[in-house]
Amino acid sequence: MPEPKRKTELRQGAGGRAAHDVGGLDFGPIDRTEHDLALWEKRVDAMLILLTGPKKGAFKIDAMRRVIEDYGQQQYDSTTYYEKWIRAIRNLLVEQEILTKEEIEAKIAAVEEAMRASGRELQGGSVPWDDVGGRM
Amino acid sequence: MSAPAPRFRIGDVVRVDSRMALGHCRTPFFLRGKTGVIVGIQGAFHDPEKLAYHKPGLPRQVLYKVRFKQSDLWPNYRGKPHDHLEADIYEHWLMRISAEARSDSHAA
Repeated sequence: MPEPKRKTELRQGAGGRAAHDVGGLDFGPIDRTEHDLALWEKRVDAMLILLTGPKKGAFKIDAMRRVIEDYGQQQYDSTTYYEKWIRAIRNLLVEQEILTKEEIEAKIAAVEEAMRASGRELQGGSVPWDDVGGRM
Repeated sequence: MSAPAPRFRIGDVVRVDSRMALGHCRTPFFLRGKTGVIVGIQGAFHDPEKLAYHKPGLPRQVLYKVRFKQSDLWPNYRGKPHDHLEADIYEHWLMRISAEARSDSHAA
């Protein structure tokens, strides 16, 4: 899998802005390469639509923006678009007490075990929980 | 529920607050502290800064289309003098300033 192009420049002169808020900073040209979405990315998209829809109403899209915008620069720059989404969704499900960390970890462990048993390759690693937690 | 009455009218000269924001807000950093003119009233919407914390988002905030001169936004801007940028800014981020100060430069 090719390493995606990521913005890793230090935010020179950022003046305390959040990591996502880069308007006017110098990042050079935008990478406009198109790419197909992976199945998991489509599933993340669908999951967000279902969770924020009127039927479930688990949280508003603004809450997901808040979680993503609270990421530090290192985390913001080292994750892809849908990685940001799924991590924020996971954290909000815990924050809203829809699932517990333990339930999510147990499900991930079960999926990993099933994949190993079927000889499929596991990609990626565990994602830390350090930014979970509601405030206000 | 009736919509809140807009505090500003089209043509008013406003400055974007330069406060720091925690959590989620929709006022881009590069526009904070900048002066522009109201060119549209987009309606009243639930406050995204409160929705971000699972609150009802009330009172609703009037959203304005604000026009800025590019040369006011970027040091050493080299484009045409009348180039401008428009952005949607919520009312609680805007302050009215004296219209005379900038009355010459924002004609649509």
